[in-house]
Amino acid sequence: MSATVRQRPWRSRRSFDMHRPTLAGLIIRYVLLVVVVLVSVGPFLWQLSTSLKDVTEDIYAFPPQLIPSQPTLEAYQSVTRFIPVYQYAFHSLLIALGSVASNAVLATLAGYAMGTMRFRGRMLVMALFLSTLLLPGEVTLTSQFLIVNSLGLANTLFGVYLPGVVGAVNVLLMMTACRAIPQDVLDAATIDGANTVQRIRHVVWPNVRGMVAVIAVFSFIGAWDDFLWPLIVLNDPAKYTLTVGMAFLKASPLGVDQREIAAGTIIALVPILVVFAALQRFFFRGVESGAVKG
Amino acid sequence: MRSHRWFTPWLLLLPAVVWVLVFSIYPFVNTVILSFTNARPLRGGQFTGIENYVRLAQDPMLANALVTTFVYVIACVPLLTVVPLLLAMLVHKPVPGIGFFRTTAYFPVIASVVVVSLIWSWLFDSRGVVNQTLEFLHLVNAPIPFLVDRWLLLGTSILLTVWKGLGYYMVVYLAALGNVAPELHEAAAIDGAGAFRRFLHVTVPGVRGAMTLVAALVAVSAMRIFSELYVLTNGSGGPGGESMSIVMMVKQVGSGLNGQVGYASAVSVVLFLLTLLPLLLIGWLNNRDSGGTLGARA
Repeated sequence: MSATVRQRPWRSRRSFDMHRPTLAGLIIRYVLLVVVVLVSVGPFLWQLSTSLKDVTEDIYAFPPQLIPSQPTLEAYQSVTRFIPVYQYAFHSLLIALGSVASNAVLATLAGYAMGTMRFRGRMLVMALFLSTLLLPGEVTLTSQFLIVNSLGLANTLFGVYLPGVVGAVNVLLMMTACRAIPQDVLDAATIDGANTVQRIRHVVWPNVRGMVAVIAVFSFIGAWDDFLWPLIVLNDPAKYTLTVGMAFLKASPLGVDQREIAAGTIIALVPILVVFAALQRFFFRGVESGAVKG
Repeated sequence: MRSHRWFTPWLLLLPAVVWVLVFSIYPFVNTVILSFTNARPLRGGQFTGIENYVRLAQDPMLANALVTTFVYVIACVPLLTVVPLLLAMLVHKPVPGIGFFRTTAYFPVIASVVVVSLIWSWLFDSRGVVNQTLEFLHLVNAPIPFLVDRWLLLGTSILLTVWKGLGYYMVVYLAALGNVAPELHEAAAIDGAGAFRRFLHVTVPGVRGAMTLVAALVAVSAMRIFSELYVLTNGSGGPGGESMSIVMMVKQVGSGLNGQVGYASAVSVVLFLLTLLPLLLIGWLNNRDSGGTLGARA
């Protein structure tokens, strides 16, 4: 992290070197950090464990057994007797990937215009984008459904996708990213004869890829985790997304096993884990740059 | 330097502006208009003045929803303003392996609320781990009806919301903590201030702006609560629908082919006005701070 050479990561008593903790302080810190990990991840591990247990193993046993005695993937198969969980996951994936693609492209174009160009009406557009930040999506729920319905898209996956094609927040994020590109660089490209499309492709895009990654993660997670909107739009169980399907599964009076519900939740967790793991280095970057000041 | 024709920015902005107008601004205006009508999905409504609002004032469903929302806000705001700050202080110092700890603390944030609610209803099941542990410790004789009783249900749901939100607000505080100069801590320590006093007199003033922001964000999102309560109660809003939130009420009265769109719009307008309160409060606080006395950031 820091360039200074250290003999030990902790300081001796009475030292006022505040950059290094005391040994006792360091031990307490790690104990607390482990507690945080257990609290944050524990419930997920318990769910994973339940999903892997064999039908003959007592899931209500006490003390609780975290390690299944005979781990099996049976519940991941048998859950499909109640709902087509992999089909639902595919629906969610389609919407999430579509949302990533359209947000990344359209927010970059709009963010470039807002961040680097001067034109009449810019402040008006800015006010438009900012005003939506004050407006919770839940407030416009009913009217939004009326629009989607009048387009004939009620009860379709495309209707679920449509309102999220490009988010105002993402435009504002791209605007800040584009503003950080030195004007001289853009001017140099213009003098070299690059038109707007070429400037975006060859100058802007390479400079804002970090922000694009952040927008991609947020769009993916937002679409994949969304529940209320697909719940309103979809009423045919054949078209459900994964979150709607899982809530439907839990509420169904059929004898669904706890292991099968657990398997469904793990299926819902895996894709966002993959996306987050792949792109998480972009996530805390802003945090880091603020932190290395000392 | 002139590098583009006058319409280029508008071409680039076109999709985003159209989407904001069609899917945010227009629905909002439409919601306000519909709230003064008796519209239904299949036929346009007639103007009925403030009838919907008069009816709302006497609706026990709204009264329950407001109580639920109020309890949610009162419980979530202090918890989610203070605990994430402590968490951020814990993971702020770059000790070896800190990236791992930060990432795991953020993990509940990225999981779907539906997924977490399903996990919660398994943990707090009458035969779930929590009840079993309590019975084993002889703290209770019979399982606690976490998911049935109105107030216990609300408490369980609040616990879920807080647990899931910790990592999100932690990141906000991490950025703010980066701006508190370590020299201030050193100076305070040399002056003999203990850890607790340094927290109170150095850290808290340093992140006060972030704290007001977080408190307002938490209040707004607590008012918008939906998925947790919906999934925990299988969409019923608990016994007699008493634990229903405002958004659940909007969905309940407004959706379906027979939905009372006008009435649901009136509920939505009430929700919107409520969410403005914390934002107005934060604006007023900022104004007052910059208007006189010593600012937090010298």
